[in-house]
Amino acid sequence: MPTHHPVEILRFNTCGSVDDGKSTLIGRLLYDSKNLMEDQLEALERSADITGGGQINLANLTDGLRDERAQGITIDVAYRYFATPKRKFIVADTPGHVQYTRNMVTGASTANLSIVLVDARLGVIEQSRRHTYIAALLGIPHIVIAVNKMDLVDWSEDRFLEIRDEFEAFLPRLDVLRDVKFVPLSALHGDNVVEPSKHMSWYQGPNLLGHLETVHIASDWNLSALRFPVQWVNRPNNPTDPALHDFRGLSGQVAGGIVQKGQKVIVLPGGLKTTVKDIWTYDGSVREAFCPQSVTLCLEHDIDISRGDMIVGFDNLPGLSSDLHAKICWMHPRPLQQGKKYFLKHTTQTVQAFVTSIESRIDVGTFEPQPEPDELKMNDIGIIRVKTAKPLVFDGYNTNRLTGSFILVEQGSNATVGAGMFLPPTETVKPDFTDFAI
Amino acid sequence: MSSYHLDHLQFLETEAIHVMREVAAEFERPSILFSGGKDSICLLRLAEKAFRPADIPMPFLSIDTGHQFPELNEFRDRRAKELGGKLIIRHVEDAIKSGKAVPRPGEISRNQLQTPTLLEAIEEFRFDCCIGGGRRDEEKARAKERFFSPRDTFGQWDPKNQRPEIWNLYNSRLNPGENMRVFPISNWTEMDVWEYIRQEELEVPTIYFSHRRQCVRRNGQWLPVSDLLPLKPKEEVKELVVRVRTIGDIISTGMVESPADSVDDIIAEIAAARVTERGSRADDKASEAAMEDRKRAGYF
Repeated sequence: MPTHHPVEILRFNTCGSVDDGKSTLIGRLLYDSKNLMEDQLEALERSADITGGGQINLANLTDGLRDERAQGITIDVAYRYFATPKRKFIVADTPGHVQYTRNMVTGASTANLSIVLVDARLGVIEQSRRHTYIAALLGIPHIVIAVNKMDLVDWSEDRFLEIRDEFEAFLPRLDVLRDVKFVPLSALHGDNVVEPSKHMSWYQGPNLLGHLETVHIASDWNLSALRFPVQWVNRPNNPTDPALHDFRGLSGQVAGGIVQKGQKVIVLPGGLKTTVKDIWTYDGSVREAFCPQSVTLCLEHDIDISRGDMIVGFDNLPGLSSDLHAKICWMHPRPLQQGKKYFLKHTTQTVQAFVTSIESRIDVGTFEPQPEPDELKMNDIGIIRVKTAKPLVFDGYNTNRLTGSFILVEQGSNATVGAGMFLPPTETVKPDFTDFAI
Repeated sequence: MSSYHLDHLQFLETEAIHVMREVAAEFERPSILFSGGKDSICLLRLAEKAFRPADIPMPFLSIDTGHQFPELNEFRDRRAKELGGKLIIRHVEDAIKSGKAVPRPGEISRNQLQTPTLLEAIEEFRFDCCIGGGRRDEEKARAKERFFSPRDTFGQWDPKNQRPEIWNLYNSRLNPGENMRVFPISNWTEMDVWEYIRQEELEVPTIYFSHRRQCVRRNGQWLPVSDLLPLKPKEEVKELVVRVRTIGDIISTGMVESPADSVDDIIAEIAAARVTERGSRADDKASEAAMEDRKRAGYF
């Protein structure tokens, strides 16, 4: 049931292998939470008559493109929206084939929570390890391991515990995973999805929707260190309001921390110090703004600032370097090549860059690094060193997902070929602490 | 909700503003598609939020099918003027006359013909980017659309060859001849749009509100009677209290019977609705892949 009062949005993605029942699970969530409309049900029934031998297939709700319906697989990230009185949800349905890891990275990059589906009959397989690894790599704050198809293992608690043990044997090696929940369920029959299970009285935890509605997400954004990448310089051309004749605003989205009127800030990479004179918004001037609000800052001094510059506070300074160390997920059939020039987009700037070395490739089956591979192929994850044409103001991805992430774009084809995450800077920027003087 | 946390509309708004500013910063000649419909009304408010106190740094483009609801056009022209924006209107009628848009035999709907008209306008003004009000919740094929969606010279969307879109890092790079479609309200639902209209106290065309209108029943829908929709034998005209939920051209937009005459009423109605918004669009009912086919051909 849609809501009409302010609520939070929780973004989650589902991942699992082919046939783990991801699309069925999303279909079940929509169906049981009464988020399906009559024409959607009608379309479902129509397609059931054609392809499903009369049986309604909940997966048809999310498998949107014709090729997928024909092949019975999901080929791209599909987004779904539903709401309960407690929350609104944005779901990225990401496919499970080995060759589609890039889609999972895409769907998961903005998620608060990942649901990793496991077939109760199969337990942990390579794909489960890969998906859990990627969720950890992308710093997703909350993970749910959904042990699906419990109906096919006689709703066995022993089997559920066995699978949980299999996960717990490797989870500690994924250091960034903070919040992991295990839920036994059957997407096909609806047990523990929206309704409690009649078959698994041994399970005392919340059902899946109950968890999605209540998991604490308020602290998923970084609110501790001010980062404001300048996105667009706002200079009215012929303002009718004389008060705006000298208006010079710096528009952007707060990418970390809180900015306050009167706060002393540093503009990087230049290093000049100034003060926030005003925080301008269409709805009026505000006293403070926080991540991820979009605002326009006016500064005390008329410094030359342009897109790509970063305004930061005096505490928790970021790194500043053109020699960068990062993890990367490769997303293109043409492998990553050392020495080849790419465009690197980080916050609001794009610079030329090349990879100086591929230090290791991570085997997602064992999580072991394999040193010095010749190349990184599509869906490979590795650790690289990058040289950029201009120094970047950055944070480690583990402390800030917005200032710690970048993409690589291939020159010529303009394809987005890599998703990168900076390792923490070895040293932070040391600006000259002289006050700005005209 | 804690003071450092955004509710759903604030979250969707900041995401959309971020996208619009990326467009302004990274494209040479962007434009905003503005039909006067509810989604594009939100786009213009978001543009104000993104770019004020400066001028909105891009013109508004409207593709007029010639089968428009007059109330919609009146509103569109007035709203563009209020915002001090430049409104460019290109007509399907002209594209038909010049032979750029060719109706199929017997085809009266002009929804399909918007595509060649749009592509011609893009060429005429050398737009490298068009911002549109498409939302992923409208339809299954749209559910797979990116925020930044590159189109080739023919305006085609290739769903199998989409760029991965990661974090909020949008790849805006184009090769010559290509252009970008950008959808800042991708993540909004129909409910979010109306809640935003209420929150921002935005004016919408009167046809969204309940009014009396002559309608005729065709293909399970109430279509508005007009000069463009000649009655077939045995068809009966009925005067009903109706409104539109989504606006297409005047010969294929289903009217829904509704007493809702305020934004609050509309929100209550959507909350209780049992069919999706596009359930009232005949053009989407053609086949299960109707929208996918039109998008592949360059439709918005």
